[in-house]
Amino acid sequence: MSEGMNIIVCIKQVPETMEVDFDKELGRLKREGVASVVNPFDEYAIEEGIRLKEKFGGTVRVLSMGPPQAESALRSAIAMGADEAYLATDMAFAGADTWATSYTLGLSIECMAPYDLVICGLKTIDGDTGQVGPELAHCLGIPHVCYVNEILKIDGGNIRLKRVLDDRIEILGASLPIVVSVSKSINQPRLATLRGRLKAKKAEIQILTSNDLEADPLKLGLKGSPTRVTKISTPARLTAGKIVDGSPEELAKSVFQKLVEYKVI
Amino acid sequence: MSEQPISVDKGKCINCTLCENTCAFGSLVMEEGYPRILDDCRLCGECVTACPTKAITIEKEGVSVNFSDHSGILVFAEQWKGKVHPVVYELFGKGRELANQLEEKLSAVIIGNELDEALSELKLRGADKIFVFDHPGLEDFRDDPYSAILENLVKEEKPSIFLIGATSIGRSLGPKVAACLETGLTADCTSLDIDPESRLLLQTRPTYGGNIMATIICTNTRPQIATVRYKVMEEAEIVPANECEIIRRNVTISDLPDRVKILKSNPVKDQVSIIDAEIIVSGGKGLGDQRGFELIQELAEALGGAVGASRPTVDEGWIDYPHQVGLSGRTVRPRIYVACGISGAVQHLAGMKTSDVIIAINKDPEAPIFNVASLGAVGDLYEVIPRLVNMIKERKKNG
Repeated sequence: MSEGMNIIVCIKQVPETMEVDFDKELGRLKREGVASVVNPFDEYAIEEGIRLKEKFGGTVRVLSMGPPQAESALRSAIAMGADEAYLATDMAFAGADTWATSYTLGLSIECMAPYDLVICGLKTIDGDTGQVGPELAHCLGIPHVCYVNEILKIDGGNIRLKRVLDDRIEILGASLPIVVSVSKSINQPRLATLRGRLKAKKAEIQILTSNDLEADPLKLGLKGSPTRVTKISTPARLTAGKIVDGSPEELAKSVFQKLVEYKVI
Repeated sequence: MSEQPISVDKGKCINCTLCENTCAFGSLVMEEGYPRILDDCRLCGECVTACPTKAITIEKEGVSVNFSDHSGILVFAEQWKGKVHPVVYELFGKGRELANQLEEKLSAVIIGNELDEALSELKLRGADKIFVFDHPGLEDFRDDPYSAILENLVKEEKPSIFLIGATSIGRSLGPKVAACLETGLTADCTSLDIDPESRLLLQTRPTYGGNIMATIICTNTRPQIATVRYKVMEEAEIVPANECEIIRRNVTISDLPDRVKILKSNPVKDQVSIIDAEIIVSGGKGLGDQRGFELIQELAEALGGAVGASRPTVDEGWIDYPHQVGLSGRTVRPRIYVACGISGAVQHLAGMKTSDVIIAINKDPEAPIFNVASLGAVGDLYEVIPRLVNMIKERKKNG
């Protein structure tokens, strides 16, 4: 690694907020005016990539799969400090589940070889699966570690990491290349500088289509997705119970009686 | 560039706009009277169903695969140091129900070291068969050897459905196993069902921050794998007379991949433990500031419960993340959930609405939390809670 690290960060463009209004009459999300941003979890992945570059030298390249407008997310990553951006975009990729997405990202990363480290965010705020990191690693034939909250050491082609599971904290060691999914506690993402934004504006986004990837069309998009959404619905509403109004004393009494009724006290 | 797999036949379209109104994602817009499908279409097919003239079609593979050699439900029995994770008993509960519906067998697989104690209870929870991989080299969970064992077992046993708890380990292991088997995985399911006609597993999960429930199917590959959220399904009961076959499998550790080494492992106690609490008192944005949690703590202590929190309070730094209840935090199912100053955003409700009793205290009578509360008190929590704490203390004193 005399010439520094080759780092690839995978990112996704998502709607800025999930707490969108639900149009009850039409039964759909009101999306007018909802901006698109870099998936918040991925900002930590970008930041970690940049920090490693600052420490070891090398390059940080960001990769996304999505519609053409996803390039604005890639530009945000460049504004933070990434060096180059790649966008895998093709109608054939549409309707991809996590497996087809991982296949496409895997081929894209092979096009971008060589690489030492691939960093993903823990999950996305829209899909919320956290599956792409591990599935991508399998496509690349390299190991994966999730819930990484500190990269302790990188030395001579080896990496030492800390990961936090529900009930234990582990220090892990592996050889590079590797895919890691980082959690939000790993760092504090920086804000883009004015200079970064100017650079991002001018940056050329490299486009990857299914032809560039020499992909098996049966493994792409909807066709390549083992899972499929068959129904969407709004979450079931519970029925409201009793609503009480009154003085603080009366309210406290109502709550108290409820607690007594359920034998809590 | 290739074509989008969804298309509109303008000749058949009668410009009725039903498709536009049915698209939950707003990915279909009417242009000059005809629907135009935007790039972010998720191909859920709702518009295809809604269209009265069949003008919208989604090109699908015409493959219909025969899976008659796949049968039964397999559950991954996660354990650590001989202790079975309680989500496993919930998977046994749901798994038994699905197995009965399909008239197929329920089996489980447990991997680890010195598993006899774990097995003594596991075998009473209604499974027909348990596969055991017991070896000192499997003491700690590692993705590589665990997924290799599961991959081999699934290939031999050919279950139709494979269920894994959506714990941090399950969320790491599940996608790895699914990728090895080149099959579908649905993450973090909150409801599982069998479609009586197709016998497919209907896997429902919250998405879009809980604003939408998506039902996912896996048609052309097996097994159908799902990770299942903890504390959502009912636990299987102990059946002392359960007849369960224990099948011990030999393991040759040196044959298994093991690329990531554990150099050190320290257990951490979930110090807040809202997960197991019978009573939870939660605070939201309505507390106004950090000091509000002192009041919440006081009420929780009086009730012998744990302190929960909504996402905005954690984002503000008023309280630590382990307290967070909701889609992006923990799902909880206490007997009593007291929500104080919590408005009740969808993402919060998704994490606590299965609580037996929900009591809400909020100033805003329009707060959505009141729609799910068994008892809603419209008032200032700073006025109500101190009085409530006094009443509880008073009662305790008087026995």
